[in-house]
Amino acid sequence: MLDIKNLHIWYGGIHAVKGLNMVIDRGDIVTLIGANGAGKSSTIRAIAGLVRGYKGGISYTNPGGKTVDLNGLKPEDMVRMGIALSPEGRRILPQLTVRENLLLGAYIRSDKEGIEEDIEHVYSLFPRLKERYAQKGGTLSGGEQQMLAVGRSLMSRPDLMMLDEPSLGLAPILVGEVFEIIREINRQGKTILLVEQNAFAALKIANRAYVLEVGSVAIEGTGRELLQNAAVKEAYLGG
Amino acid sequence: MNEDMNRKTRNFILNCLALAALVAFLLWAPGNLDRYKLRIINLIAINAILGLSLNLIYGMTGMFSLGHAGFMAIGAYVSSLLILTAEQKTSMWILEPIAPWLLNLHAPFLVSLIAAGLAAAFFGWLIALPVLRLGGDYLGIATLGFAEILRILIVNLTPLTNGSLGLKGIPAHTDIWMSYGCLVAVLIFMIRLMNGNFGNVLRAVRDDEIAARTMGIDTFRTRVLAFTIGSFGGGLGGALMGNLITAIDPKMFMIAQTYSLLMIVVVGGLGSITGSVIGSVLITTMLEWLRIVEDPITIGSLHIPGIPGMRMVIFSMLLIAVIIFRREGIMGTREFSWDWFFPKKTKQRPISERPVSDTKGADAG
Repeated sequence: MLDIKNLHIWYGGIHAVKGLNMVIDRGDIVTLIGANGAGKSSTIRAIAGLVRGYKGGISYTNPGGKTVDLNGLKPEDMVRMGIALSPEGRRILPQLTVRENLLLGAYIRSDKEGIEEDIEHVYSLFPRLKERYAQKGGTLSGGEQQMLAVGRSLMSRPDLMMLDEPSLGLAPILVGEVFEIIREINRQGKTILLVEQNAFAALKIANRAYVLEVGSVAIEGTGRELLQNAAVKEAYLGG
Repeated sequence: MNEDMNRKTRNFILNCLALAALVAFLLWAPGNLDRYKLRIINLIAINAILGLSLNLIYGMTGMFSLGHAGFMAIGAYVSSLLILTAEQKTSMWILEPIAPWLLNLHAPFLVSLIAAGLAAAFFGWLIALPVLRLGGDYLGIATLGFAEILRILIVNLTPLTNGSLGLKGIPAHTDIWMSYGCLVAVLIFMIRLMNGNFGNVLRAVRDDEIAARTMGIDTFRTRVLAFTIGSFGGGLGGALMGNLITAIDPKMFMIAQTYSLLMIVVVGGLGSITGSVIGSVLITTMLEWLRIVEDPITIGSLHIPGIPGMRMVIFSMLLIAVIIFRREGIMGTREFSWDWFFPKKTKQRPISERPVSDTKGADAG
C-alpha cells in the first residue's frame, strides 16, 4: 500500500535520509528501528507530509486501488486519504478533556453516529480512558497520554496508522500493554507503521522490519528473522 | 443524567436572572447617573466587545496581533459615512470636495453597524492571507504596520475620509441599550463558538500546530477564519465608539488604542471570555479614575502641578506588575461558571493521584 523509493531528506546542510527504500503491505505491522539520528522519524514525518522538499517518491495505494504520489501534499491531506500519524511525544492537547481530544481526532469526519461508535471502540481498547473521559489531557499519566494519542489517531478511521515512538518514556509494564493494543488494532484490520527505539518490543510484533543506519536501510526482514540476526542482536538487543 | 438536567435548568434560570439584573440596571442608570458616568458604562461594553474580538485572535487562537485599532478605524469610518447626511457631508469637507458617490450614500444605524463589521472583516481577511503565514512577533509587527498604513491612508484620502479633520456631528446612536445589546449578542456568539468543537479546534491550533495538522485541521484556514471573525468585532466596536463619541479622527486609532485593548485582554486573561469582560470593567474605569493624578494636587503645603500623561505612566507600571506577578491575568484561561457557588454533590477521588496499579485490572491485554 505504501511504496518508498530512493527517499532523500535534508535539514539545511544535514543529509538525514539517504536513498531509503521501503515497502508496506496492507494488513502488516511494519517497524522501523535504529539508533538516534538514523532517520526513522524523518521518514515517518515525510510520509505524514510534515517534511517539505524531500526528494524521491512516496506512493500510496488506497483501498480502492488508486495510487497517489504523496510528495508535496500537506499533513491535513494525508489524514483525509487515510494516513494517520500519532506523533512523537504524544502531543495530546493538555487543556482539553480526553473526550474532546478524541473528538478532535475525528475532525475530518461529520458522521456523528460513527464518531460516537469509534469513541466507544477506543474506550473498549483503553478502558482507562473511559474512566477519565472528562479529565483534562494534561492531568493524565504518561502512559494514559500515550493511549490517548493512539486512540486519537484511530478516530480519523485511518487505513494506515503510523506511530512514532509510542514506548517513549513509558514504564516497561506499560510498554507491553501499549504494544499488545497495537497488535489488537492490527488484528482489527489496520496497517501499522511503527517507529521504535525499543527494538525488542517492536520486532516481537512486527511482520516486517527495517533497520536504519545513518539514513538508509541496513538490514531488512521479518520481525522474527531480525530478532535472530546476529548484527541486530549485537547492536540493538543488547547482545 | 438527571443531575445534569437539573444543573442545566438551574444555570438557565440563573442566566435569565443575571440578564434581568442587567436590564434593571440599564433601566435605572439613565435617570440616575450623570452623562460622564453613563459614557464610562457605555465604554465598558464597547471595550468588552473589542477585547473579546482581540482575545479571539490573540488569546484563543494565539495570533499576536497589534492591528486592532486599524479594524476599529475601518468600522468607525464606514459606519459614520453611512449615517451622516449629504448636507452634513458637504459642509464638513472643506479641504477637498467629497467623492460624489459617497455623498448620497446613506443607511440606517443598524445597517451601518453590520456594514462596519463586514468591511473590517473583509480587510481582516485580505491582510490575513499574506500576514498569517508569519508567526509570533513578526505577525505583531506586520499587523502593527497594517494599522499604521491604514491610519496614514485615512489622513491622506481626503475625498473619502475628510483627512485629518475627521468626521463630526455623528448622531449619538450608541446608547447603553445599543452597546449592551451588542455586547450580549457578542458574548452569546463567543460562548457558543468556544464551547463547540470549533473552540477546541482553535485551542489545538494555538497549543500545538503539529498535533492539529496531524488530525487533519487546516491550520492556516482556521487562523484566517478566526482572524476575520475577530476583525468583524473590531469593526463593530469601532462603529459603536464613533456613534458614542460623535466625532472621529485618525488620531483616535493610533497604536495606543490597540495597547489599551491588549491590556484588557492580558489583564483579564488570554483565552478567557470572562476575563475580557472583567478586564474591560477594570481597565476602562481605571483609565478614567487615574485622571486624578494628572490634576494639580495640594497636600498640606506641598503643591504638585498636574502632569499630563501621568496616568499612562502609572498604568504602565501596573501592567508591568501584572506581567511580573500574575502573568496569566485574572482569569487565566478559566471561565465563569455558576458551579462556583454550588458545592459539588458527588465527590470524586482525584483520579490522577491514583497509582497506576490501582486500575491495572481494568486494562485490556
